[in-house]
Amino acid sequence: MTSRGVRYLLLAALVLGLVVIYFPLLLVLLNSFNADTTFGWPPSALTFEWWTRVASNEGALAALRTSVVAGLAATGIALVLGTMAAFALQRYRFYGRDAVSLLIILPIALPGIVTGIALNNAFRTVLGVDLGLLTAVVAHATFCIVVVFNNVIARLRRVGGDLREASMDLGADGFTTFRLVTFPMLRSALLAGGLLAFALSFDEIIVTTFTLGAGLETLPIWILNNLFRPNQAPVVNVVAAVLVLASTIPVYLAQRLSGDTNSGGRL
Amino acid sequence: MRRGVAAFLNRKPGLRLSILLSAPMAWLGLAYLGALAALFVTAFWHADPFTGTVVTDWSLDNFETLVTDSVYRTITFRTIGIAVAVTLVDVVIAFPMAFHMARFASPRARRVLVIAVLTPLWASYLVKAYAWRTMLSGNGILHWLLAPVGLSSPGYGLTATVITLSYLWLPYMILPVYAGLERLPDSLVDASGDLGARPWRTFRSVILPLTFPAIVAGSIFTFSLSLGDYITVRIVGGASQMLGNVVFDNVGAANNLPFAATVATVPVVIMLGYLAAVRRTGALENL
Repeated sequence: MTSRGVRYLLLAALVLGLVVIYFPLLLVLLNSFNADTTFGWPPSALTFEWWTRVASNEGALAALRTSVVAGLAATGIALVLGTMAAFALQRYRFYGRDAVSLLIILPIALPGIVTGIALNNAFRTVLGVDLGLLTAVVAHATFCIVVVFNNVIARLRRVGGDLREASMDLGADGFTTFRLVTFPMLRSALLAGGLLAFALSFDEIIVTTFTLGAGLETLPIWILNNLFRPNQAPVVNVVAAVLVLASTIPVYLAQRLSGDTNSGGRL
Repeated sequence: MRRGVAAFLNRKPGLRLSILLSAPMAWLGLAYLGALAALFVTAFWHADPFTGTVVTDWSLDNFETLVTDSVYRTITFRTIGIAVAVTLVDVVIAFPMAFHMARFASPRARRVLVIAVLTPLWASYLVKAYAWRTMLSGNGILHWLLAPVGLSSPGYGLTATVITLSYLWLPYMILPVYAGLERLPDSLVDASGDLGARPWRTFRSVILPLTFPAIVAGSIFTFSLSLGDYITVRIVGGASQMLGNVVFDNVGAANNLPFAATVATVPVVIMLGYLAAVRRTGALENL
């Protein structure tokens, strides 16, 4: 076969692969308008009814509130801890530096079920704390740190230390330099990292299953609890469509903000 | 006052570092690593059969049950089989995609393609598994697409689990392989051609050996993520169980946390073994 033929074959594989990646997500969006409650294909008719029905579904709305609160709280903690860790690892060389960077990615590199059950065990058996919203926030913050860390350290590497040194040479102390020089340069990276951390927390299900108190539901847990109830199917599908939109929009924004291709990486 | 603190800190880089590291290390080093260590310790305890409370008597009973009970052996091998199948499927799909992205696409197109592969990673795991549940169902779109050519949707079961997991982890394979292929110097490929190798020979003797570590790096993700999964198999796997389901059921319904901890060490041990085995390929530098 000619190398031109191979090229077209590879291009076809790439296009086909991307179609396979996006097709199920588009189908979820499309099916949220499918009038058939079992999502038979092709749809016999389209409807907005399911979207309006979600707006009055108490369970889904309560789950949305829980998800947003947990996501914001976890993002806040992750922003502080991730930024501190990024400064430490970018500006200093010290013994155990590699171990620290491994520790930061560990919560997301280990299977979710291991992190989930480890924290569940620590809360219930070791600390004797009842599971609630707070325990889920702690768990989410643990695996969101790496996302903020990655974004901040990438920005610190790119801007280097010249401006900071210039500021110090001109007489600004450490705090003033941070406020007027370092922080403004970090702002978009922090925003990107925060958006991604929120997206990660908003979608997470495995660790959440093990750390959220009984009676509470985040949106993914609400979906899982209602997934096998046939009469809830259309509403579940609308919530799924909301999750698709809610997770890909922050990623798109984060990539625009930070200007680093690698900022979308989860590891 | 503030200037005084600033000047003091400026003279003490070690103190600045300690302050920066304190909170993240307290959170991750003490709380998270501590939780992992506690989990490992709990695996050697057992639950009171009547109350479900954890009894802190040391024994290897949980591990013995895990090894001798044929149910758990079957589930362990099934889980490993699924993880291997998912990894192979992802290599076969990801390699041609990554190859075109890295070797033939223009730099501008490359950037767009990387983002196109990255973005769906963030779309909810659960929603993706759910989308496949809808697609695989008896009157779903796969049935509609396949019926005209005389095939049918595989329905819910192990095949559906492998398909769905492969779909979920595909970007984790594409990205490292793409990075590996992009790093491959053109000069080596050209030199191989100049020395008379045909394209297939160049691929087999130059490109494949040099990108193998990147493929292994991708397989670490697909393998590890598949080993720990329990939700996809619940959604599209019919009645099949994986290791994660055993852990989940023992934390919840069976209320036997120590045994759940024991089962949870299995994927960790398999992953550590896998990492040790592939370390020599240099795959870990490709993560």
